[in-house]
Amino acid sequence: MMPRLKQMNPVFLVLILLFAAIAILSPYFLQPAGYMNFLKRAAPIAILAVGQLYVINSGGFDLSAGALVTLTVIGSSILLDGDASATWWVIIVMLGAGVIVGVANALVVSWLKVPSIIATLGMMITLSGIALTWSGGAPRGYLPENFRFFGRYLIKDLPLIKILPVAVIVMVVVCAAMWWLMHRTNYGKRLVAMGDNPKAAMLAGVPLTETRIVAFVMSSVSAVIAGILLGGFAGVSTDVGVGLELQAITAAVIGGAQLLGGRGTVGATIAGALVLQAMFTLLNILGFPKPVRDVVQGLILISAVVIAGYRRRRSGG
Amino acid sequence: MIGDVIFEMKGITKVFPGIKALDAVSFSARSGEVHALVGENGAGKSTLMKVLSGVYQAEEGDIYLRGQKVRFQHPLESLAQGVSVIYQEFSLLPDRTVAENIFLGREPARRWGLLDTQRMQSETQEVLSLFGDRHRFGPETLVGELDVAQQQMVEIAKALSLNAQVIVMDEPTAALNDTECDLLFQLVDDLRGQGRSIVYITHRMREIRRLADRVTVIKDGKVAAAFDDVPETGQIVEAMVGRDIGQFYPEPATPDEVGEAVLTVRGGGNDRIFDIDLDLRAGQITGFAGVQGAGRTALALALFGVEPFDTGAVTVEGNPVSLTTPRRAARAGIAMLPGDRKAEGLMLMQTVRDNGMISARAFSTALGAPDNTPMTTLDQMDQFFDAFDLRAASYDVEIQSLSGGNQQKAIVARWLSLAPKVLIFVEPTRGIDVNTKAGIYAQMRKLAQEGAAVMAISSDLPEVLGISDRVLVMSDGKIVAEFGYGASEAEVMHAATEAHLELETS
Repeated sequence: MMPRLKQMNPVFLVLILLFAAIAILSPYFLQPAGYMNFLKRAAPIAILAVGQLYVINSGGFDLSAGALVTLTVIGSSILLDGDASATWWVIIVMLGAGVIVGVANALVVSWLKVPSIIATLGMMITLSGIALTWSGGAPRGYLPENFRFFGRYLIKDLPLIKILPVAVIVMVVVCAAMWWLMHRTNYGKRLVAMGDNPKAAMLAGVPLTETRIVAFVMSSVSAVIAGILLGGFAGVSTDVGVGLELQAITAAVIGGAQLLGGRGTVGATIAGALVLQAMFTLLNILGFPKPVRDVVQGLILISAVVIAGYRRRRSGG
Repeated sequence: MIGDVIFEMKGITKVFPGIKALDAVSFSARSGEVHALVGENGAGKSTLMKVLSGVYQAEEGDIYLRGQKVRFQHPLESLAQGVSVIYQEFSLLPDRTVAENIFLGREPARRWGLLDTQRMQSETQEVLSLFGDRHRFGPETLVGELDVAQQQMVEIAKALSLNAQVIVMDEPTAALNDTECDLLFQLVDDLRGQGRSIVYITHRMREIRRLADRVTVIKDGKVAAAFDDVPETGQIVEAMVGRDIGQFYPEPATPDEVGEAVLTVRGGGNDRIFDIDLDLRAGQITGFAGVQGAGRTALALALFGVEPFDTGAVTVEGNPVSLTTPRRAARAGIAMLPGDRKAEGLMLMQTVRDNGMISARAFSTALGAPDNTPMTTLDQMDQFFDAFDLRAASYDVEIQSLSGGNQQKAIVARWLSLAPKVLIFVEPTRGIDVNTKAGIYAQMRKLAQEGAAVMAISSDLPEVLGISDRVLVMSDGKIVAEFGYGASEAEVMHAATEAHLELETS
């Protein structure tokens, strides 16, 4: 039992400690309304982080995810402009746009041999430009109630947990599907093998381009889903997605994912996203202003990489 | 015009962890001579020269330069004393000019520390003029625009600009074509005429005969023979090899074990290999011998679709196949164990099981269960590991914690899950200890007995001869000779090194 405990990812311990600290400072978070609200707020970043994990495990980065969140919110609000009957096809159009962005990212990396950090940086700037041009720089249009349902609606009067936000259901369903694909299919094993050593994976028969396309599409589609949730509870703004790609990478790294590929689990990444959200909540309770959050996020990111490296060296890995 | 002794190494012993790389080696060079240093791969030639230049420090023995005892701690110290080593891998910066490369790290300065480009130009021109008009480039040419032979001239020019009296060339013709070789030989003649001493490392007999004044043969870290002239080729080869193949290798295939040709190549070729006609038969191990760059690895890479054939036709079990990617080659029933295990074979952070299962997973449906593929289940993979006596604390540890031999067994198991018809082993025992080697050989024989056509490529000639039922010799990208089981090292070495001569005279 002891060796198992030692092998356990420390992110789960950190998460428990943070929850305890929050609960002591503010008992509100022990009530269903408190922790469900917390999970609702964490849902977009958890979904983004797991999507990002696909690209990280493949050996790359997806910096375009945040810009795609913004484009989703802006684009949906302009296309819909309050027309509830159009919600379903707009969601389908947005998911389709996500697929296109993911395929484009992957092909630029695979065919043109551009490092993913540059390819997706270019995509990020492009998508931001499209969002800005389309909206004219200020939020336009209006999201109808049935679109905002996913991010905002709370199912009430349930036994035991009393309330359940739809965003939490979306998070659980999406993350479960991505967990299954990563850890219970041949595809997931190919992906991690490719991130570990692309040349060896190629010589073992792994189709690198196809594997990479799926990884980037997972990241982009998760960004669109996160955008739909954020549009629901935060409403329309032109900076809704700014910096989210970095939060997603930070969450994955806190969860122990290896930058440049080959190691990282969905469960620990979700925990990493919750740690990040809990840290923000804690700072909020303690009354620190928003910029302090950024400082802390930066320090956590660096510490997580240092700690992971130290643990690996000690275990002789 | 051979003059005084310039340098002398006496009783040099160099120990690396677990291996005596050099054992009381003595070697010297006189001014105005070319001293050929000969030996198989790993014999200790390059190590000896690294001791001379100060890259390594010897545990025992002394070095004398012009009669003075010296002890170089760093290559810069030997450079300053006029000893230049030109390695196979050049140390040139492609985006800098010839002059900038020659003066790298010791650029002449004017007042205020400004670069004296004029002096760099004129001194470079002066050095290049020693080549006559053969160089066809100037001080201002970018090194990246030069071909390999010209880059080598820049390396030589660099040595000359340092006024090197001793120039060591480590297999300088490895990457040159015939015309370029001739040019190099002329340059070496010139350098000798200028009274410099040249140490010329090679294992090509024709170069020794063309250039050398003296020959020293190194084998297993010792001087196997030192000749004061250039002896018969046979004497050199005998000194280079001459050890017998023990019971280390499994018995060869009996005639009834050898079956139909599983894989055939007709007229296969690409940039590096030409006119390849090849039959690999079921039940037979076909070995490939040849010097570095002869095309053995290029042939393996072509068969596995990494660097495909441009011309020719390939069939597997009589069906034409197109081997344009490793995935296609694997689908056609071909497997390759890459030569550089760490860089090309292993996913180091994944478990032994994941490393074994990856190919089965790569060729199953993407959404299928990874531990239960149509080709192999996890239990069957474990049985492969057990059968190979793969030693690991658990099959769930990261594969990087295993020894090289056990890692190799996991890669073999990986391919067995696909039941390949043709298995290509590239350097199957590189970096593997002697005892595990025998186990790998037994495995290769067993695979052949079970009906696979096995191809073995190794730079260790005794190994190729020991495990193969027949040996094909490659030279300059072509298959030039074939031997049955029991061929001697000398015969094969002759074929591998003499092919140049025979082709030229025929």
